[in-house]
Amino acid sequence: MAERERRLAPPRGGVFVPRVQVLSAQDVQRALTRIAHEIVERNRGLDDIVLVGLQTGGVPLAYRIARVLEEVEGTTVPVGLLDVAFYRDDIGIRPVLPEAVTDIPGDLAGNLVVLVDDVLFTGRTVRAALNALADYGRARAVQLAVMVDRGHRELPIRPDYVGKNMPTRIDEQVDVSLEGVVLGDVVAR
Amino acid sequence: MTPRRHLLAVSDLGADDIAEILRVSDAFVEVGQRAIPKVPALRGRTVVTLFAEQSTRTRLSFETAAKRLSADVLSFGLETSSVKKGESLRDTVETVAALGVDAFVVRHTAAGAPAAVARWVDASVVNAGDGWHEHPTQALLDCYTIRQVLAERAGEPLEKVGTESFVGLRVAVVGDVRHSRVARSLIWATAALGANVTLVAPGSLLPPSLEGWPVVGVTHDFDAVLDDVDICYLLRLQSERGTGAYLPSVREYAASYGLNARRAARLAEGALVMHPGPMNRGVEIADEVAGLPQSVVLRQVANGVAVRMAVLFMLLGSGGAGDLGVSVPAAGG
Repeated sequence: MAERERRLAPPRGGVFVPRVQVLSAQDVQRALTRIAHEIVERNRGLDDIVLVGLQTGGVPLAYRIARVLEEVEGTTVPVGLLDVAFYRDDIGIRPVLPEAVTDIPGDLAGNLVVLVDDVLFTGRTVRAALNALADYGRARAVQLAVMVDRGHRELPIRPDYVGKNMPTRIDEQVDVSLEGVVLGDVVAR
Repeated sequence: MTPRRHLLAVSDLGADDIAEILRVSDAFVEVGQRAIPKVPALRGRTVVTLFAEQSTRTRLSFETAAKRLSADVLSFGLETSSVKKGESLRDTVETVAALGVDAFVVRHTAAGAPAAVARWVDASVVNAGDGWHEHPTQALLDCYTIRQVLAERAGEPLEKVGTESFVGLRVAVVGDVRHSRVARSLIWATAALGANVTLVAPGSLLPPSLEGWPVVGVTHDFDAVLDDVDICYLLRLQSERGTGAYLPSVREYAASYGLNARRAARLAEGALVMHPGPMNRGVEIADEVAGLPQSVVLRQVANGVAVRMAVLFMLLGSGGAGDLGVSVPAAGG
């Protein structure tokens, strides 16, 4: 789940107030195109590659990367959807509910999975995603692609592909969509 | 102390609550389809099933649900417990609670027993059927099954189908309404979602008063409503609750209120036949009708696990997000 939905979720959530546009829609598209090329380069092709978008922020990014890969390599890469709610480590501490569907194409055993998410922050969502993926078979390897790495990691997790490294204050909020990346604050309702 | 949340009755829930439970159930249906149908969501939590009445499907369904959420399950039948030695229900429940229990799943012959347990212990309580009162998870899984079938017919993915399709849905609840907690929960649930509920029963098997019940009609003539029914919900004739005394004979009941092949053929096209189980074949439902494609009885059972996972997860795991029903203060009472 994207950080944004979690922070804005009732009952404790607030309203997102945008402050600075950091990336435009075009910048996001360029970053995704670069990430797609990096995936091909690093893995010397697209054999056994499955993209898995994290619900909900990572999903449109994963589909966009798959489209670029198809244009560049002429290969259709399967895209899975994953909601990590049941694997989070803050269940019972804060509101955790599944946001959207999980749909993983078949057994992942032997595949190379590229997890796609919008923002990498504490790393806890990615930790939950790694545990969830393990229930779908033993992937040959798992890589991580994010549009924004905003720092403040609480776990030893690092991304393989980054759209933009963006130092932030811990109380700021990053909003990612295909329309761009916006830095702002959450204000109590 | 934050108040514990419980699921005691469907009549405590609003349409939004029901819709949210059905939505969360979708995620658990997906879990059930995996090679390893288990998630770590409730690791370290303890769920006790406390059944003071016979049950096969409900108990196994709740225990399967809890185990698939990785909770620890203690199974507890009053028949084999110290209650037999004369210990009161309250003392027994408090003793079990002292082991460190996060949720009690309670079935009891007395209406209100789960609500009493909720007052006695600091744990979430799920009503798994209390006397003639309510059986909320049965109604929720029935609603889930209806929504699933409607989504399939519309060719829509399940997550796109909300509960709007219940508005105006014609539901006939047939049989022993008087003694049926399933009927009470189902009537509240479907009516809350906008369905039009009609009761079909002999006068002796209707409750003494229908004041406040959200039903649009009552009839003693099953044949007269067959053409105008989308959901034909058959209730079990509850002989253990003394239904027999309310009827001249079971044969006469079956002739007037049983869904036989002749009546099934007259049902509107696409109508669903539902039954909460266990079925009395040849009484409320004919053997050949139970096997028809419009009968979704086994689907109801299969969906039960996912819906109960959703209920347990929303009560125990979501830290306030999935508010279900009333909160009863945990003070002694």
